[in-house]
Amino acid sequence: MPNTISTDICIIGAGPVGLFAVFEAGLLKLRCHVVDALPQPGGQLSEIYPKKPIYDIPGFPEILAGDLVDNLMKQIKPFHPTFTLGERVERFAKLDDGSFQLFTTDGTEIHCKAVAIAGGLGSFEPRKPAVENLENFEGGKGVHYMVRDPESFRDKKIVIAGGGDSALDWTNFLANVASDVTLVHRGTTFRGAADSAEKVQKLHESGKIRLVLSSNVTHLHGNGTLKEVTITGNDGKAETVPLDCFIPLFGLTPKLGPIGEWGLEIENDAVKVNTLDYSTSLPGVFAIGDINTYPGKLKLILCGFHEAALMCQGAFKYIFPDKKYTLKYTTVNGAPSM
Amino acid sequence: MEEDIRIYVEEAPGQRREIIAPTDMGLSLMEVLKADGYDIQATCGGMALCATCHVEVLAGPALPEPQDAELDMLETLPVVHEGSRLSCQIRLTPCVDGLVVRLAPTGA
Repeated sequence: MPNTISTDICIIGAGPVGLFAVFEAGLLKLRCHVVDALPQPGGQLSEIYPKKPIYDIPGFPEILAGDLVDNLMKQIKPFHPTFTLGERVERFAKLDDGSFQLFTTDGTEIHCKAVAIAGGLGSFEPRKPAVENLENFEGGKGVHYMVRDPESFRDKKIVIAGGGDSALDWTNFLANVASDVTLVHRGTTFRGAADSAEKVQKLHESGKIRLVLSSNVTHLHGNGTLKEVTITGNDGKAETVPLDCFIPLFGLTPKLGPIGEWGLEIENDAVKVNTLDYSTSLPGVFAIGDINTYPGKLKLILCGFHEAALMCQGAFKYIFPDKKYTLKYTTVNGAPSM
Repeated sequence: MEEDIRIYVEEAPGQRREIIAPTDMGLSLMEVLKADGYDIQATCGGMALCATCHVEVLAGPALPEPQDAELDMLETLPVVHEGSRLSCQIRLTPCVDGLVVRLAPTGA
């Protein structure tokens, strides 16, 4: 039975702008549900630079990105937003009454009266190496861009590619799970955590794993499922290695993803909006933060906050076209809870 | 006031576009490329944390050696070249006048 959620606004993206939109919507007594492909709120701030200071948030001469996310979560708590994390909105449908149905990758269904896309630069997707036939073996046929369940690799022959912390960490961990582990790295040294690199080296010296340096995985072979990979050295020499799974670990890169296929007007991988209320070309769908574009756009968190405030006014008018809205100041009325 | 410098972007083999950039504003190469309309995401805003501003230096003056943060990030990429750099880590000073770069493909 699919999980179905009903709300006023569904905010796609739990970055700082999406979270602040929850607050602004809350002031208007609009219920919010937030969806994000990442497993925790905060977007880029949590995923990429939680310990980095930010200097251009009004009222905070300096604040760590992670602390800003914590503060935003505290600020929206009175409005009791609900979250679907670790799932990506794949598609949506507009219903005859003007409301929307959204469907996530994991089967969650959300019914809402308005949609606010606050997806930043899109969803973070694995950075894929340029290897022939890679796409042919995705989707359970042998190529895995992340290790969700280490047990699924038990007693398997695996080849990991990469030279960062992720490649080192999983090589160390899976050495005790898989039957055969080969780590392929295009360089000669590892700049990841020294401790992890040392462990990898020791595992290699003890014969527990195989380490292939100055090389790249260049070809994948198999008929339906992955059977072999070709590893080519920087000197041009190649060898073929039998395997069950190939795990390229080259970090994450942002992609617009399915939002680009929803029929919204797009320009340079960003959603075009009307700066009156940050509405998109589809009535009832709004876009705020780094994912939108308009003349004079600045990709700054504080600009996203401004956009969130105006967007919520627009969403309120879309949801309640007959209701009169009067701007109220929190200094006068406080921050009401839902 | 310091003089402007010239940066060249190779958009296709043999086809270079000139960018004139100021050196008195503390800008990075990434910021100037973005300001000039190049499709660079620069997700992390210039902290050498995402590699979405990856460029290949083709010619020009010798650049300061990359610091650890830049090397760490370049290490994670599936493909790098001899001249691979993160443009966010290259400060525009008179010393980089005449630099020739090529933008790395998205994701690389």
